[in-house]
Amino acid sequence: MKPVLLIDFGSTYTKLTAVDVDSEQILGTAAAYTTVQTDINDGLNKGLAILRQKTGDIEFSECYACSSAAGGLRMVTSGLVPELTSEAARLASLGAGAKVVGVYSFQLTEDDIEDIKETKPDIFLLVGGTDGGNTECILHNAKMLAEMKPSFPIVIAGNRSCARQCQRLLEGCEVYVCENVMPKFGVLNITPTQKKIREIFLNRIVLAKGLSKITSLLSDIMMPTPSAVLQAMNLLAQGCDEETGIGDLVAVDVGGATTDIYSIADGMPKAANTVYKGLPEPFSKRTVEGDIGMRYSINGIVEATSIQRVSEISGLSVSRAEELIKYLSENTDKVPENDGDDLRKLDFALASLAVETAVMRHAGTMEETYTMMGLTYVQAGKDLSGVKQVILTGGSIIHSPDAADIARSALYSPMHPMSLRPKEADIWVDRKYILAAMGLLSVHYPGAALRIMKKELEKNGYSKQENL
Amino acid sequence: MEQRKKVLVIGVIGADVHAVGNKILYHAFTQAGFEVVNLGVMVSQEEYIAAAIESNADAIVISSLYGQGELDCQGMREKCNEAGLKDIPLVVGGNIVIGKHDFAEVEKRFIAMGFDRAFPPGTAPETTIQALRELLHMED
Repeated sequence: MKPVLLIDFGSTYTKLTAVDVDSEQILGTAAAYTTVQTDINDGLNKGLAILRQKTGDIEFSECYACSSAAGGLRMVTSGLVPELTSEAARLASLGAGAKVVGVYSFQLTEDDIEDIKETKPDIFLLVGGTDGGNTECILHNAKMLAEMKPSFPIVIAGNRSCARQCQRLLEGCEVYVCENVMPKFGVLNITPTQKKIREIFLNRIVLAKGLSKITSLLSDIMMPTPSAVLQAMNLLAQGCDEETGIGDLVAVDVGGATTDIYSIADGMPKAANTVYKGLPEPFSKRTVEGDIGMRYSINGIVEATSIQRVSEISGLSVSRAEELIKYLSENTDKVPENDGDDLRKLDFALASLAVETAVMRHAGTMEETYTMMGLTYVQAGKDLSGVKQVILTGGSIIHSPDAADIARSALYSPMHPMSLRPKEADIWVDRKYILAAMGLLSVHYPGAALRIMKKELEKNGYSKQENL
Repeated sequence: MEQRKKVLVIGVIGADVHAVGNKILYHAFTQAGFEVVNLGVMVSQEEYIAAAIESNADAIVISSLYGQGELDCQGMREKCNEAGLKDIPLVVGGNIVIGKHDFAEVEKRFIAMGFDRAFPPGTAPETTIQALRELLHMED
């Protein structure tokens, strides 16, 4: 037996997963409140005590952790054109597991600098211009940032022609130079920047957020939680040397405040009569919907859809739905208790709409255009219609008996024919909430992590939206 | 330090899907020593401008084969000015208007719209390359 402990320091809960990598089994899971304000070890020790009640007294040979505690990894980015380098910077930050709290385009103004001071990001990502392209914007922005004497580290990943010049302008600040996120027009190169962001997170942010006290216990890995989930999803889709993956997938993580979507798929046009528009998107893509969540962002779901649809799906009257939504937004820790009660019906509707909205924003769109040459299709964003696997996770819904039905809202619907969501897919539900833990485990034990996921994710059968 | 190549942003404007000429131009311009940002077919005015800003382009070369070029190109110069690409050379070519017209007339109309050069159907890439060299003050 070789027990490994995997810890996820969440904003609310510290979640522990104990795994035996020899027999490839989960020994137990436990959760306790995160105690970042006092000593993060308090919550951890409490969780460990609960875990040991289940597993007995075991000694862990290794221990790895990820964290989204204390606000997670908060980043601000600045680029040149909104649809091009600014978007590349945003995609790079999201893929590195960051919470993007500000995106700027073109030259930073004095007001922008004031806002950035206020925001106090953990890392600033400064980009702009293709290699050999525009230098004016990024140099201006470097100068503006230098004047504010930033206390946060700055990653420069813009036009290589002036990277060193930017670095000189920012002398005295903590600066890292990376390869350009968009070296050529329409070419994304975000991996080097993401690697750097993770390094800074490990070396600097972890210390700053009071998480260093636990490093004595930790072996070596520390990453933002969404980054761990993205690693798990990459492994599950693509497999590793010793085990094949399940193929292209879409994963939905519905939380209390935000909803994260991951897609592992190429998503480029398949047909010859389809023209692709805009920046090509990363193979492993993550997006976060800050206004879509089951409790703190409950009103965001209604605003993005409508109270009529909530009422329709839940079977509750509009006034009853409104009343319950108001109640839940004030009592964010309430969860449905009994099958068939109004709260459960409402939660089902909210979760379905959260999944639908977030996946629609993540997936690409297809438009029909008539040209002189006949019907042509214009695609923007990723075409996920051929993806055959959908994974559902998120503490607030994985315990719902309706989880598989909720996940079906991720699929294509005739109501939104332009949205390139999966047409039909196997639904997997992460009942034990192990994705982040498996992402951590996969760094050293990819085979074991993959086989455990295949075993533990509950497959809810082949599903497709009706009326297809 | 090696000299920076002149950067061209090229593409076929509007709802036009003629892809062959666009590929030929891409290869011809690249061979002639330009750095070419090729936006392909069905390109909007905004896309040319965004690409030209990021790549600090020296000129924009617009193709149109389906006869709606005049309509598609209207306002392009004004948008470039608005986006800070003041005086960027704009070149257009192809079947840029429908029907049989005296090309000198057509050229005049495009020059009035703010284009620097306009080329009729059947223009050899070499002719356009020569014109670009002149416009960009390149020495042979």
